[in-house]
Amino acid sequence: MTSKEYILQRVKQNKPEQTLLPDVPDFERLDVDWVEHFKETLVFVGGQAIELESDVEVNLRIQELFPDMKVIASDIPSVEVANFDLNGTTDPHLLKDIDLIVIRGEFGVAENAAVWVPASSLSHRVLPFITQHAVIVLDKSQLVWNMHQAYKRLDIDKANGFGVFISGPSKTADIEQSLVIGAHGSRSLVVFLVNK
Amino acid sequence: MKNDAQYTNHSGKAAAFVQDEARTDWHDGALWFVRYKRDIQIKKVPEWETMRELASQIKANVLANLDKYLIQFEENALKNGVQVHWAKDAREHNEIVLNILKNKGVKKLVKSKSMLTEECHLNPFLIENGIEVVDTDLGERIVQLRDEAPSHIVLPAIHLKKEDVGATFHKYLGSEEGAKDPKYLTEVARGHLREKFLAADAALTGVNFAVAETGGITVCTNEGNADLGAHLAPVHIASMGMEKLIPRQSDLGLFLRLLARNATGQPITSFSSHFFKPNVGQELHFVIVDNGRSEQLGRADFRKSLYCIRCGACMNTCPVYRRSGGHSYGYTVPGPIGSILSPGVDLKKYSSLPFASTLCGSCSDVCPVKIDIHHQLYKWRQIIAQENELPLSKKISMKVTGFLFSHPSLYRFAGKTARTMLPLMPRFLVYNKLNAWGIHREVPVAPKQSFREWYIEQQKKGANKE
Amino acid sequence: MKVGFFVPCYIDQFYPQVAVATLQLLEKLGCEVCYPLNQTCCGQPMANSGCEKDSIKTAGLFVENFKEFDYIVGPAPSCVGFVREHYDILEQTPDVVHVRTHIFDIAEFLIDILKIKKLDARFPHKVGLHTSCHGQRGMRMAQSSEINGPAFSKQKQLLEMVDGLELIDLDRTDECCGFGGTFSVFEEAVSAKMGRDRVADHERHGAEVITGGDTSCLMHLEGTIRRQNKNIKVIHLVEILNGTTLS
Repeated sequence: MTSKEYILQRVKQNKPEQTLLPDVPDFERLDVDWVEHFKETLVFVGGQAIELESDVEVNLRIQELFPDMKVIASDIPSVEVANFDLNGTTDPHLLKDIDLIVIRGEFGVAENAAVWVPASSLSHRVLPFITQHAVIVLDKSQLVWNMHQAYKRLDIDKANGFGVFISGPSKTADIEQSLVIGAHGSRSLVVFLVNK
Repeated sequence: MKNDAQYTNHSGKAAAFVQDEARTDWHDGALWFVRYKRDIQIKKVPEWETMRELASQIKANVLANLDKYLIQFEENALKNGVQVHWAKDAREHNEIVLNILKNKGVKKLVKSKSMLTEECHLNPFLIENGIEVVDTDLGERIVQLRDEAPSHIVLPAIHLKKEDVGATFHKYLGSEEGAKDPKYLTEVARGHLREKFLAADAALTGVNFAVAETGGITVCTNEGNADLGAHLAPVHIASMGMEKLIPRQSDLGLFLRLLARNATGQPITSFSSHFFKPNVGQELHFVIVDNGRSEQLGRADFRKSLYCIRCGACMNTCPVYRRSGGHSYGYTVPGPIGSILSPGVDLKKYSSLPFASTLCGSCSDVCPVKIDIHHQLYKWRQIIAQENELPLSKKISMKVTGFLFSHPSLYRFAGKTARTMLPLMPRFLVYNKLNAWGIHREVPVAPKQSFREWYIEQQKKGANKE
Repeated sequence: MKVGFFVPCYIDQFYPQVAVATLQLLEKLGCEVCYPLNQTCCGQPMANSGCEKDSIKTAGLFVENFKEFDYIVGPAPSCVGFVREHYDILEQTPDVVHVRTHIFDIAEFLIDILKIKKLDARFPHKVGLHTSCHGQRGMRMAQSSEINGPAFSKQKQLLEMVDGLELIDLDRTDECCGFGGTFSVFEEAVSAKMGRDRVADHERHGAEVITGGDTSCLMHLEGTIRRQNKNIKVIHLVEILNGTTLS
């Protein structure tokens, strides 16, 4: 008997009586300004939200906010300040010296300031984690209220095998409960909320 | 290495912990603060109690259909190009992991947090077999360097002060002697672990949730360490206890809303990574582990402990855990949930744990999946007593008490004797090593009359008046 | 209605004033109260130690003593809660079921059955309420701080009817005092520490008196206070409701 067979047999023998699988409602809230809530929560989790009037402002804002970034990488073609050839790099280890990335978020979640970034938006899965700093460009109209709506919105088949909800920069409180922003992943996160 | 005693004496270890009252206050305050942050977050979610109820019902359905969901999960994972393995027990899990690593010539492994692999004692096994294993969660790396077990499932190093971390990093990572600034120390760890990520031949992660409907897994971190490991290495192994399954992709919405709020008082962790297919040129392995879970599944009174999503809130809220520390439980998972899981693993060894509680019920009220933790603690006590694993003094005193209370005149006699003797006894006779109550407390003042005696006297007075 | 008066063993032997106050209060409010002379204990000490079996005879005796009454009332949420929840160890005869479904803690009885709206009592002091766990999370006599739900507390409701009484806030509104039955002896160090911490919380907020519904908690807190030579009085809630004064 294989271990799989053994385990399944034990489970069949020992499992409890059938119970119903409940439906989970949306819990959508329309009494809250989603954009404002997203911005406030992003600050709460250590990030920053900046509203932009249009895509055209992206390059300017990056230069303003990050004048000292040396190596900038982006999977968004219109980001002119990018100087790292992501598509020409196959080995993800070579991304280790990137200072700043500028990537696209597919949609945002107002209740927790999370942004869904599927692998289909990334040349490399490791990009959001290996960079020192990150900017996510998000269409302001692409917000849902909470995670229930997020999973309705999310399309796994289009994700290319992986996706991540990113809420703020990396952090840890493992040393005496002191919050330190910037653990192993990005040290900072800015979300550009663009009016499209 | 860490949990090798025949019998874990929680009370003795706890007494030693509490000796340092200042440090106990600090530990208690740190964990209470996490509970406090949780309360603030959950009070912002009006539907919170409904969410707990739904999550509990979903987990009930998972257990009732576990075999079907396991099969569905494997089918979908295989379709996605994932390799799926099944391990009956800890030994098999460790061997499976080792085999995968040996097949790929792996010398260096990076690991993100996985309580399951702690349970299986994976690290020492791999190290014995020539693999360098680096725990990359900051708290876990700290305790790994110190050769200690984690003392909390979410906050592994909560028992350590920043000076302790500074000393450890100075000794093993060459940082400044006497350093204690958390920012500086985190930066040291960042640099050190970044090298490890870049040099790793394989990465092993835990699994927060496995979704039957999609065959995918979700891993939640604040540090980004699971992803830095998984996306750089050519091999990603994800180990999961088989109870981590949830039925539908949409159920992740509910569980992710519950998990971080309850665990650390955040609306969600920084990263919630969803793995479906291996990357191009990468191998992705899931190892599904039983290791006593199918046994627990068969225990009607205790199977609800398998609902656990490992948020750690029961530890934060437990007044006993806060004042005794995770190490006094001697089990991979400490605190209230550990005290209802561990007797199922080894009743004799962990027989003191269900008694390391006042049955206050705070854990049950805080549990996001409504495990009836304090009821299970009570029930484990009955089993421990039946199996004769109670300390002799307790066994005897309970038999005597039971006898006394079922014989009213004997009970009254004992009570009167106590009340008469107490005021007559010199202090040293009342307060000594035999009287545990009296170490830090005064015994009650003995009244002249019991209530019954007063009542009877009143009745007589009333009768006399007539 | 005939009320059977249940007096927990440690109140009978060591805190008779609590039972006296309960009896007097019930009679003042018009109840016909009868005290079965042959009662001993509800059986909780044995059962909480894992020895449910050793509590069966005691539980049987309890049912015998109280089966004839419309209501059974006692000043002890933990004991009352035990009868309600754990008398499933007995065969569920009609008598057992009746006792389990008609037993009340005094605070519950006053609010839910007698539905009193006012009291004739004055206690012009700063009072800290210790919300004991069995009453709160066991019998849901008050909301728990862990739960996202509306605030309520039967004991608080009653104390608010007492003239001049000032209820203080606490840092931790419902943390366990650390008594826990045999826990107080077998895990003495943590139990005593928990007791000290509860007392310190009340002290920080200026409590002159600590009150509560469970004498076991109060005994533990009072023992701690007396050992520390602190000047805080510990008085059962029912004594305050019955009109006791500090002198």
